[in-house]
Amino acid sequence: MARTRPNLCAMLRYSLKRLLSLFISLAIASLVIFVVIEVAPGDPASFMLGLNAQPETVAALRAELGLDVPKWQRYLSWVGGMASGDFGMSYTYRTPVTEMIAARLWVSLPLALYALTLSTLIAFPAGIFAASRRGQAGDIGVMGATQLGIAIPNFWFAMMLVLVFAINLRWFSAGGFAGWDKGLWAGLHSLTLPAISLALPQAAILARVMRSALLDVLGEDYMRTARAKGLSARQTLWRHGLRNALIPVLTIIGLQFSFLLAGGIIIEQVFYLPGLGRLVFQSISARDLIVVESVVMLLVFAVIVVNFAVDLAYAAVDPRLRSRT
Amino acid sequence: MKRNLIIGAALSAIVVLAAAMSFVWTPFDHAALNIPAKLQTPGATHLLGTDHFGRDILSMVMVGARTSIAVALVAVSIGMGLGVPLGLWAAARKGSLLDELIMRGNDLIFAFPAIVIAILITAVFGAGAVNAIIAIGIFNVPVFARITRGAALSLWEREFIMAARVAGKSAMRISAEHILPNVMNLLIVQGTIQFSLGILAEAGLSYVGLGAQPPTPSWGRMLADAQTLVSIAPHMALIPGCAIIVTVLGLNLLGDGLRDYLDPRLRVARV
Amino acid sequence: MTLLDIQTLSLAIHGFPVLQDVSLSVTKGEIVAITGESGSGKSMTAMAVMGLLPKGARTTGRIMLGDRDLLATSERAMCGIRGNDIGMVFQEPMTALNPVQTIGAQVAETILIHDRTTAAKAEDQARDMLARVGLPTDRFPLSRYPHELSGGQRQRVVIAMAIARHPRLLIADEPTTALDVTTQAQILDLLRDLARDFDMGLLMITHDLAVVADMADRIVVMQNGGIVEQAPTGALLTGMQHPYTRMLFAASSHRVNLPPAPAPEPLLEVSHVSRDYRLPRSRVFGAPGTFRAVDDVSFTLQRGERLGLVGESGCGKSTLTRAILGLEPVQEGSITLGGDPVFSGTRPNLAVRRRMQVVFQDPFGSFNPRHRVERLITEPFHLLTDPPRKSARRDAIAEALRAVGLSPDDAHKYIHEFSGGQRQRIAIARALIIRPDLIVLDEAVSALDVSVRAQILDLLADLCREYDLTYLFISHDLSVVRSVTDRVLVMRDGKIVEDGPTETVFSAPRHPYTKTLIDAVPQLPDLAALRRSDTHA
Repeated sequence: MARTRPNLCAMLRYSLKRLLSLFISLAIASLVIFVVIEVAPGDPASFMLGLNAQPETVAALRAELGLDVPKWQRYLSWVGGMASGDFGMSYTYRTPVTEMIAARLWVSLPLALYALTLSTLIAFPAGIFAASRRGQAGDIGVMGATQLGIAIPNFWFAMMLVLVFAINLRWFSAGGFAGWDKGLWAGLHSLTLPAISLALPQAAILARVMRSALLDVLGEDYMRTARAKGLSARQTLWRHGLRNALIPVLTIIGLQFSFLLAGGIIIEQVFYLPGLGRLVFQSISARDLIVVESVVMLLVFAVIVVNFAVDLAYAAVDPRLRSRT
Repeated sequence: MKRNLIIGAALSAIVVLAAAMSFVWTPFDHAALNIPAKLQTPGATHLLGTDHFGRDILSMVMVGARTSIAVALVAVSIGMGLGVPLGLWAAARKGSLLDELIMRGNDLIFAFPAIVIAILITAVFGAGAVNAIIAIGIFNVPVFARITRGAALSLWEREFIMAARVAGKSAMRISAEHILPNVMNLLIVQGTIQFSLGILAEAGLSYVGLGAQPPTPSWGRMLADAQTLVSIAPHMALIPGCAIIVTVLGLNLLGDGLRDYLDPRLRVARV
Repeated sequence: MTLLDIQTLSLAIHGFPVLQDVSLSVTKGEIVAITGESGSGKSMTAMAVMGLLPKGARTTGRIMLGDRDLLATSERAMCGIRGNDIGMVFQEPMTALNPVQTIGAQVAETILIHDRTTAAKAEDQARDMLARVGLPTDRFPLSRYPHELSGGQRQRVVIAMAIARHPRLLIADEPTTALDVTTQAQILDLLRDLARDFDMGLLMITHDLAVVADMADRIVVMQNGGIVEQAPTGALLTGMQHPYTRMLFAASSHRVNLPPAPAPEPLLEVSHVSRDYRLPRSRVFGAPGTFRAVDDVSFTLQRGERLGLVGESGCGKSTLTRAILGLEPVQEGSITLGGDPVFSGTRPNLAVRRRMQVVFQDPFGSFNPRHRVERLITEPFHLLTDPPRKSARRDAIAEALRAVGLSPDDAHKYIHEFSGGQRQRIAIARALIIRPDLIVLDEAVSALDVSVRAQILDLLADLCREYDLTYLFISHDLSVVRSVTDRVLVMRDGKIVEDGPTETVFSAPRHPYTKTLIDAVPQLPDLAALRRSDTHA
């Protein structure tokens, strides 16, 4: 079989262009977040010290928190700090935000990846199965199930899972996180129910996308050409259909990762998981805006980077993108 | 396949009727506390049971439908109202700086999931149902802008648009007269899908306290209340959950049915 | 020796009859052409042979390949026959190849499915096969992707895939319809050579009678799902038993009778026009390149003149058309109609535009499906400062529809109620309604069947008599341009290489490119002369 030799130069050019747009997006996103947080009424220092604080104490705290310099300078030092991994000091806890986030990220990120893996593992076979049996009972069954899957709110589904598998069957604990120091298995075990509840509705969407992308590809001329070569319908689907159908599917997978990460914020509430979601809600009620700002930036950063990765994956799948710059 | 259309329309109609009826009549006052009657399972007096304060769940679900529909409707209107003109405009000026700006702006908004926007707004202005509307609405803008632009671009290549240009019509007039009516089917279908997503998002935001605040009843809040009691009063969680599922399922079936009815080749984005 | 023998084949799809009693045969080394207009069932016959009919198809009769009935063969066994015993080439080379696989992989695949050989050996065979179809490996390595090739080159890849296993029968379904004339000639030569070298039967499906007469040993004429006539080429061309066959051949060599042109008076003046497009950057920080689509073009169109503009795809004729219509600005030069520029500053000049209208190629895409005919054809009224209203408007609509041979009652119908030919009439009515000085006909008959095309060309001639039309007729089809224009421009690579009276250019071309172009067009033999020599012999 003639090997696919991607044109390295074109690939590099494409990646550089995407990388540039990645940095522009990050810069604008950070500016938007900073500006929104800046318009928040009230001064964090006076809020922290209460109503009866002396003006001098407030001023001292302002200086300590770095609030006394012009806004554009604060923006630059915030962005510069983030670039070197320093998100600043929490107003409430007086601990580095980076440490607070890092601890929570070890829950939220694995949860999102776990859910994405589950969602893909369920959706691909289901979508391919339905497409290859278009209009038959199997197709109608899978499509009906996905219709229901899309309609179920994931946090409600999570509560039902807790009711059945944690409270009644006692297979899982109803909430909390074992911690990775107890071993990989213990950690994964406590993330399983949350991951399933996140993954199923997304899997339903992905399966539908997979099916319709495949059905679109089935109508293409080159599929007929492949049949004329002597490939069976099934061989045609696997050898020529799948890779072409992957292009729209990749888009959705990229979008889904951000939904899973953000959706995790809600699911963490159901399972009392010490993830980014819990951190952000605590910080909102404590008006610890620098933490809110940092977590939001981190989530947005994740979405933008994943989109960048999806763009690169496109080019790996579709040679036409590599030559077009 | 008219079945989807009929079932979808019926389910959606039930929810809308229940919400409309709640303005004039509910079995009980949805806010009236009745501690002696708390945590009743569905029965003759309280058809769907009561919650931990003895409030009638059926009444709360009916009034909650109002909140859900209102939030989702306004959010979809914001998305359509801003997104469709932006999409039309970008398509009419394809390849220009303006097009590029609109599309990059869209990509940027896509990087802010609705919950993240809601977190930002709540952090700054405090919690409330309006946050949910704005957050979901903003997120709808790029959805509609993209789908409108995509459909409009392929129409701009068609010869009847060339004919209109030869007849001296301006890009704006062509967009209004030829492009918009021809993408309308697509927008209606996408609108129902975004509506159902809006219902889901509102429930999620209210559940974590970023949406409707007490005493405004909402399905998401009812679920939040039910969470700690799920082992002793599962009906408190089951009923609002089913209300959400029925509404979303109905709207999705309606959207699919409409698509098959209007034009089976419509490209609808599911996010 | 009979290779393929189709016996009383009938086909219905979801109960709707598509083919009735089709019987034809192909012997070894023979080229058989099936011809007919759209809807005649010629492509369905080919798909029936391949066993690739759409769902819901019911067949009766037999399709014998050697001593095997393909209709009675299982799908599994058919997979072993397709690509191995029967190869197939399709109409649309741009979409017939998988965009994400290299050409080498796609050709080698045909070999690997049918032969348990090693990947390396299959690759070697694929390389030889691509070289055989004119894609030598030093210029077209196996690692090329389809999008890096032109339409003609892609069609060669499709042919290489089809013949990789030296099939006994090759089916070619409109193999050159989507290609330019010079490419078409090369592909036809290639197919003819391959059929001879490999001693294959070639079943060719085409609507182009000149190609049929040129290539085929035997001709099968189909209409509405049935065969109306079949005979060896010479006998059919001289005999023509069936009236439909006679009509078809008459329509494809149809010459219209243009009235003499009035005294010359310049109407459209194009002088030194150039149009550049920006190319994508070739390097990350390099300056973007430009592509000159129209390069220093000058010509004058006289009032009452019927001017043709011919050229192959990519020659710049579409760009020039858009510039003349004032849809796009030009970088250099000027275009004036009756002395006024079509483009003033950055905006099209509306005063000029109302004196110019256009008819497009696609009878299906050139109307908004949501509007009624009356609204569709009055769209150009938008250009008038004082458009006719009420009864004057009704009269204008009725007159325009009558002028193109339709009824005034058609004004209230939607466009989907009309056939392709009728839609093209409506498009002409839309162009005529404001009585423009100039009508631009952009491939206006290219999508139509020959019989319909002949009627539309006659309509144009009639309108010339009635309205003193001036038109610019843009087409890739040289024979059509020859019959409906007084003067012709030949365009290549953005330049006009030849400009002269139509008959002179066609009978004695001066520029070598014009000569190549004219030579490449398959010619229908002079039927009258053929018949005469036949009776004398």
